[in-house]
Amino acid sequence: MFGIIASIIDGVLVGSVYGLAAMGLTLIWGVMDVVNLTHGSMIVAGMFGLYFLSAALGLNPYVALPPIVVGGFFVGLALYWISVHRMIGRPPLMSLLSTFSVNLVLVGLGTAAWGTGLFNVDVSLPGLSLGRYTFPGTHILAAVLTAIIAALLYVFLYRTRPGKAIRAVSGNRVAAELVGIPTTRVLSMAFGLGVALASVSGGLIAILFPFTLLSGDAYQLKSFVVTVLGGLGNPTGALLGGIALGLVEGLVTPFMPVSWTLVIEFALFVVVLIVRPGGVFTFRRD
Amino acid sequence: MLRRPFFWIIALIIAVFALAPVATGDVELRESLLLAAIYIILASNLNLMLGYAGYVNFGSIVFFGLGGYICVYLLGAPGWPLVAAAVAGGIAVSLLALVFGLGILRLRGAYFALATVGVNAAVQAFVANFTPWGGSSGLYLSSALFAPLGGPMKALWTIYFLIVAIMGLSLYLSYAIKSSKFGLGLLAIGQNEDAAAVLGVPTPLYKALAYSASAFLPAVAGGLYFFKGAFIQPADAFDLTFSLEAIVIVMLGGQGTIIGPAIGAYLYEELRGWLLTSDTFANFQLVAAGALLLVMVQFLPSGLMGWVYARWPRVRHVLE
Amino acid sequence: MTALLEIEMLSKHFGGVQAINELSFAVEEGEILGLIGPNGAGKTTLFNLISGVFPCDRGRIRFRGTDIAGATPYRIARHGLARTHQIVQPFESMTVLENCTVGACFGRENLSRAAAGEAAREAAVFVGLEDRLETPAAQLTIAGKKRLELARAVAARSVLLMLDEVLAGLNPTEVEHMIGVIRGIRARGTAILMIEHLMQAIMSLSDRIVVLNSGQKLAEGSPGDVANNAAVIEAYLGDPELARELHGGAAI
Repeated sequence: MFGIIASIIDGVLVGSVYGLAAMGLTLIWGVMDVVNLTHGSMIVAGMFGLYFLSAALGLNPYVALPPIVVGGFFVGLALYWISVHRMIGRPPLMSLLSTFSVNLVLVGLGTAAWGTGLFNVDVSLPGLSLGRYTFPGTHILAAVLTAIIAALLYVFLYRTRPGKAIRAVSGNRVAAELVGIPTTRVLSMAFGLGVALASVSGGLIAILFPFTLLSGDAYQLKSFVVTVLGGLGNPTGALLGGIALGLVEGLVTPFMPVSWTLVIEFALFVVVLIVRPGGVFTFRRD
Repeated sequence: MLRRPFFWIIALIIAVFALAPVATGDVELRESLLLAAIYIILASNLNLMLGYAGYVNFGSIVFFGLGGYICVYLLGAPGWPLVAAAVAGGIAVSLLALVFGLGILRLRGAYFALATVGVNAAVQAFVANFTPWGGSSGLYLSSALFAPLGGPMKALWTIYFLIVAIMGLSLYLSYAIKSSKFGLGLLAIGQNEDAAAVLGVPTPLYKALAYSASAFLPAVAGGLYFFKGAFIQPADAFDLTFSLEAIVIVMLGGQGTIIGPAIGAYLYEELRGWLLTSDTFANFQLVAAGALLLVMVQFLPSGLMGWVYARWPRVRHVLE
Repeated sequence: MTALLEIEMLSKHFGGVQAINELSFAVEEGEILGLIGPNGAGKTTLFNLISGVFPCDRGRIRFRGTDIAGATPYRIARHGLARTHQIVQPFESMTVLENCTVGACFGRENLSRAAAGEAAREAAVFVGLEDRLETPAAQLTIAGKKRLELARAVAARSVLLMLDEVLAGLNPTEVEHMIGVIRGIRARGTAILMIEHLMQAIMSLSDRIVVLNSGQKLAEGSPGDVANNAAVIEAYLGDPELARELHGGAAI
């Protein structure tokens, strides 16, 4: 019995990182109504970035996280200009296909360059022991770092000018433009921020689990499930949704083969979309 | 429709496909045209969802794979004849698609697109665990099954002509739908679903019918394709690559047009063939496909035919 | 005799805002009912409720005796109710004729594509688009798009046509032309419920007027009665231009 609870708690810790990843996705979606289908590859990019920085340069993985954030931001800016900028205002189908095509290219190039083998980032941290169960130190630290990053994001969005500009543009782009906000710059920044979040969450996940170049799909699906649970464009909801997903995973994984986890998550995704399309963790009344 | 020139253009395409390998006796040509025909089947039917109704179906391969499985299974133990087995696969898959479609088509845009990936993954997971169908190892067909068709050599020709026929049917289906009231409703949905609903288009029903219609011919073709290979396994049958290539082909040729997928398929197959023979780029198929799609979406969202129509508007009346 | 469209105690809220508050009125067959009110009064929301875009919280909507509250938009269109949108929604890649054919195909009469094509052509000519039948909608001017929005709804040959600011953004000549078209639509037997800000136009076109303010009915009656209603004038005093127009140019 306690095993289940331990599994759930661990699930919540890991789930918070899923929430972090989803915040990147939902931010972009909410601000510019673009579904970023490179989200999965950006998570993987964060994973690989962290791997190279720690393996090749010998950096402590946690020290390597800030450069991942910065790198992710600039990659995000580049992605915005390459695939998203011209799609703003066009039918959503177009931005979907556009980001999707970039994803195809990135995954193709990545697998051609580095193959589909398993990679691992080794970190040993003292864990927290309760009775027979140990909660890995990496999991605990990941949750703590997620909380810190989420808090920083909140401060940025609600207390700084660029953050407020982003919120203004996501509310009403035309009005924001009329008030003199440089919308294109804001959109590109928001995209960069979303990708930075995806990358850093990838970095954190890399410390927790082994990964391949193809891991992006699974984490992208998790991000979509979380985004749907949390309500579109709602970063707080995304965090809560991530924790909820982690909870579900904690409940389910002791009983089921791993290959079914994704199918269950997908089923959850579809059910929530059909039953509560506005999100489960939204507190707005229609 | 018989009076429209385009009807005869489609007939001409079918004739070329049917006669060229026969006239030259070139088996390599036949195989390469077979692949082109498969691409045209997948792309034309995908176009019903993507080009007409405006819904991206990333997982359209599920129709092809599941149709393949049903056909191969029926050919085995139950011992059905080829055409019956393939058509049965088509009917079963399109009925399933109708039922599933009514559910997942409540989802819009990206949600629907992701749901189609999930449907494909779920079906793959199911089949991989379904022992009567060989589980993850798949099903083999004994070569004795080629006997009723006159032996393996003749069978390959028969299969080729059947697939060309399905290609023709796909093109004619696209044409018939586009000229019909149903097609007009679909196109309206693709342009602006909410405005279409307010004007009276029964959107949920039409979307589900389009999804179901887009499943039938690819499922039949899947049956023939996997019969030809005499082997089917989940990893191949539900490999997303084909669906993704079909999307690129539709966008390349011109979504919403009928000739677009055909032209796109031809061009794409040429590109792919060139990539495969070049040493440096052999592994870069999907990269090339992605890059091509990116360029089309950014600069030529209406595809090649869209560009042609813009420059020579009269062509629209002849080449639809 | 039951009215064509009956709205009974209709209510709708969005979040904390009560957009429509226990609204009741009716549209009779063959009449032109004008719907006016300051910005934000809930006029377009009302149209969205009637045409099935949103469900209402409470209240009844009856069309030709049948309850349509909560019905899907396409079912409501099949009953014989058509509408235009304040922000035009043309099918951009389709031609004018194709746009109108959609309206004709899926309206009350459920025509075949061929018959709908005829009805569409007739509607487009009626509205004044005969010279642009094969033009893709994306290439029309804003005035052309507004005409298309109207033609598409007319092609449905509905029993009741709801117009949402069809005159907005048009120059005086275009306005005159549209007024003639609207009169012609009524002459063919279609009732009209129209939202409009152009006071002179709506006052001269309407048989009756309903005034909406903050989601509630402020006044109802003939154009003359409404224009002299003190409460109405006060509601519009927030917009002295309109108040002046209401009063036919006389100082308040």
